[in-house]
Amino acid sequence: MISVTKVNKSFNDKHVLKDVSVDIPEGETIAIIGRSGSGKSVLMKHLIGLLSPDSGTVTVDGIDINAITYAELRRVRRNFGVLFQGGALFDSMNSFENVAFPLRTFTEMGEPEIEDVVKRCLAMVELEDVGAKLPSELSGGMQKRVALARAVALQPRYIIYDEPTSGLDPETSNTIDELIRNLADQLNVTSIVVTHDMHSVLNIADRAAFIYEGRMHWTGTIDELHRSDDQVLKAFVTANEYKIGLS
Amino acid sequence: MVKQTLDIVLNPLATLGRYSRLLFHAFGAVAELSIYRKNLWEQMVKSGVDSIPIVCMAAGFSGAVSTVQTAYQLVTPLIPRSTIGAIVVPSMILELGAVVTGFILAGRVGARIAAELGTMRVTEQIDALESMGLNSIGYLIVPRVLAGIIMFPVLYVAACFVGIGSGMLIGDLGGFVPAEEFLVGAREFFQPFDPIFGVIKSIVFGFLITSISCFKGYYTQGGAEGVGRSTTQAAVASCVFLLLADLVLAATLL
Repeated sequence: MISVTKVNKSFNDKHVLKDVSVDIPEGETIAIIGRSGSGKSVLMKHLIGLLSPDSGTVTVDGIDINAITYAELRRVRRNFGVLFQGGALFDSMNSFENVAFPLRTFTEMGEPEIEDVVKRCLAMVELEDVGAKLPSELSGGMQKRVALARAVALQPRYIIYDEPTSGLDPETSNTIDELIRNLADQLNVTSIVVTHDMHSVLNIADRAAFIYEGRMHWTGTIDELHRSDDQVLKAFVTANEYKIGLS
Repeated sequence: MVKQTLDIVLNPLATLGRYSRLLFHAFGAVAELSIYRKNLWEQMVKSGVDSIPIVCMAAGFSGAVSTVQTAYQLVTPLIPRSTIGAIVVPSMILELGAVVTGFILAGRVGARIAAELGTMRVTEQIDALESMGLNSIGYLIVPRVLAGIIMFPVLYVAACFVGIGSGMLIGDLGGFVPAEEFLVGAREFFQPFDPIFGVIKSIVFGFLITSISCFKGYYTQGGAEGVGRSTTQAAVASCVFLLLADLVLAATLL
């Protein structure tokens, strides 16, 4: 379980996160939603200790990740798989090597076993044939899928998705959403999806947490989100529904 | 006004602090070198082996020009022609071999390192390494700095051989000084400490160029423009600190 408690974070004079608290229970798919610049990605980086809060705590399985050594933090991070906004594939490696990288670095697996795992991961994202291709030879959607294969290679307990569908066409977005849903079901992982795409949220999330102007404005299940009378939340959801033509 | 003055004083101190902290973390990660061994080998090839042609070319021209200019200045028949060798060889070993190699590598290796790491930073590849539980400083910086420390002396030695060889060749072919006399002069004033000093200098230059470039690249901010800025700053700062180190080493060790 991940617990964020009263986290504050400022960059220079800009107060980005204000007393943000949220609990993410094991096995749940939670969507952290909010407008661009509301602090979603900053919160995401706090979950794996890429940023430290000015005050407040972030605990993963009861461990305060800002009160431990760097070596211990690295051990905690191995429970996570992260899909970054742009994929963040290593340009110098082809797709196969990208997916194999965490396996070669953190496991004692031999090459035949690594090859099996990589092929299985690439098959899971329906990209069996792109192993030899460099990231620059792949489309944006394919890069994200390879990055997703890399994120799950070590069978993490938590997967964080940072804007998984941004910049993608609706069909590819649906494919990514489906993959996220399938991974959550098949691997029983805890998924944290940082997004402003309500279409994705409705497709994949069990629960949503809405950040507004740096504060955790609202949290609840998707059903509760539909029924909510909160005007700010409604305005955000309605704007999204209008955009995707559902209203 | 007070704030501006404080910034002028404090900003370089803050930069020095961040640079020192990066080096401290890098030294801490040396213990995990077995994980980064493949990376070290790759960097030794990229920074060292791939730089041999350009370093040899620059050293070759430096040696040849030194011989021609020294011959031009020694117009009086009272000075033996072997003096050309006595001047060209020590200047190659003491100064030109290391400094020419350093400048070439500040541009070639330093800029490459800063651009590579800067791009990795702005495209979140460094965050991806960290999120996997890898020590990004150990993985990215330690191999690059070690490769510089190991390969720069090798390139310096190659530069000295090529520079002295080309100086001797141009002296002989151009009729300035026969090769035998060039070597007589070189032997006459040879100090055993000179090549040791050159190797020490090249190790220091290798460390400075790679560590400064890693620092600039690793902390890049602001997209493509930021990468460009880091790359330029890495090359310029490497050259400036190379010259400073050159002076300090000459003043303290010679």
